[in-house]
Amino acid sequence: MELHISSSATKAENFSSAQLFVDPTRHTTAPLVTGGSVVGIKCSDGVVIAADTLASYGSLARFQNFSRLMKVTDSCMLGGGGEVSDFQEIQRLLENLITKDFCFNDEHIQTPRSVHQYLGRVLYAQRSRLNPLWNSLLVGGYAASQSFLGVVDLYGTTFESEVLATGFGVLLGLPLLRKAYRPDLSINEGIKIVEDVFRVLFYRDARSINRIQVATATSAGVTISEPYSLETKWDFEGFVNPRSTYDESTW
Amino acid sequence: MFRNQYDTDVTTFSPQGRLHQIEYAQEAVKQGSAVVGVRNKNYAVLATLKRTTSDLASTQKKLFRIDDHVGMAIAGLTADARLLSKYMRTECLNYKYVYECAMPLSRLVLRVADKHQIATQRVSKRPFGVGLLIIGYDQQGPHLYETSPSGEYWEYRAMSIGARAQSARTYLEKLFETLDSCSLDQLCRHAILALRETVTALKDIDLSTKNCALAIVGKDMDFTVYEDEDILPYLDVIQTVRSQEMDGNTMYPKYFY
Repeated sequence: MELHISSSATKAENFSSAQLFVDPTRHTTAPLVTGGSVVGIKCSDGVVIAADTLASYGSLARFQNFSRLMKVTDSCMLGGGGEVSDFQEIQRLLENLITKDFCFNDEHIQTPRSVHQYLGRVLYAQRSRLNPLWNSLLVGGYAASQSFLGVVDLYGTTFESEVLATGFGVLLGLPLLRKAYRPDLSINEGIKIVEDVFRVLFYRDARSINRIQVATATSAGVTISEPYSLETKWDFEGFVNPRSTYDESTW
Repeated sequence: MFRNQYDTDVTTFSPQGRLHQIEYAQEAVKQGSAVVGVRNKNYAVLATLKRTTSDLASTQKKLFRIDDHVGMAIAGLTADARLLSKYMRTECLNYKYVYECAMPLSRLVLRVADKHQIATQRVSKRPFGVGLLIIGYDQQGPHLYETSPSGEYWEYRAMSIGARAQSARTYLEKLFETLDSCSLDQLCRHAILALRETVTALKDIDLSTKNCALAIVGKDMDFTVYEDEDILPYLDVIQTVRSQEMDGNTMYPKYFY
């Protein structure tokens, strides 16, 4: 990913009034500060969502203690990857939504499904104006004794499923999640599964770190854990004693 | 109520602090034929009396379906009601599009009431001349709301508006506390009997499949309208009551059957 400022941006003639009328307004063309994979799994008594705490600046691991999980309501949580400033904008929109609910002062609170649909509509509207919020979001929650897990991407596509992931989590995590999924999983089992997925992601995704946060939604509410590190294994025979420096396939 | 010099404009207060135009608009609601609404723990029911201008004409439409989970009965200017129902339908549709969820009744009624209020504070407009009884079922259960040309709205467990509605209200006042424990059938019968109270004073009219329409919405039931032959089973209760009346059976009050 290249991050360069074009030299024409500083030239005087590019700011003449004629130039301003000719050049159209530019919108998001590439994300700058990005979050990585988000992974989620439904359990019998709730939902688990996890994300690592890294915000990358291209190939630089810039912000290593950044929370990509958000508690939306007592029954709904959000995990986001992609452009961080857009994720923060989405957080602001959702906070406003919940504040509006509070101001109505009736007993109605947005369900996780409503939040999921709302985000899908906002992202679709933005993409239709060619000014996307460059994110992949996971919405999870537990309301009316039912688990909910949904994904929204920067196009406004929405999906709902028992296991979901974004980014590299789709390629490396979903096969593991699908194999491990059972309808009678407990929350703690769900957390173990998700930790294993992030272990694999740390081994293989070059834009990840070994520090994750886990959010759970159960009948007791939504809790987001403190960030913690995963135990990883690096003493494989192939790493320690590579048989040949030219043979890259030893591990 | 007689004419006075402060009633030309809805934007002119009288010295007593009243807006006469709004009160005259409320009179228009009282001109419409009666509608009755009742509610229990899981359902809400509307019973309406349909009027015809002449025997050649079809009956005036009193029940409007707004969404799967909301409907209303009107009393007053039907044209105004049509406008409001179009607005309410759009609001429900937009809400479902954005939030994938049935619009909560309280928020829908709030928007309708705000629309009513706007018409009471512009020189260029007149108040809506229609009263609505809105029933619906949402996350919080069944609801019954009344709106008025003034822009006010109230939630009720039982209510009636329109011509001679006071008779229906008197009937409902006696038993509204028992409604929560009623079954759906009992609830419908109460609605029919309350509506009947508004016509008992008139010697030659009684409720029939020709002039009565019923609507039910609830826990496992989308807003459904029953009229013509469909309403016949619900009108059976009238036979029971009528025979009690003819026997001079005053031991049983009219509202127990």
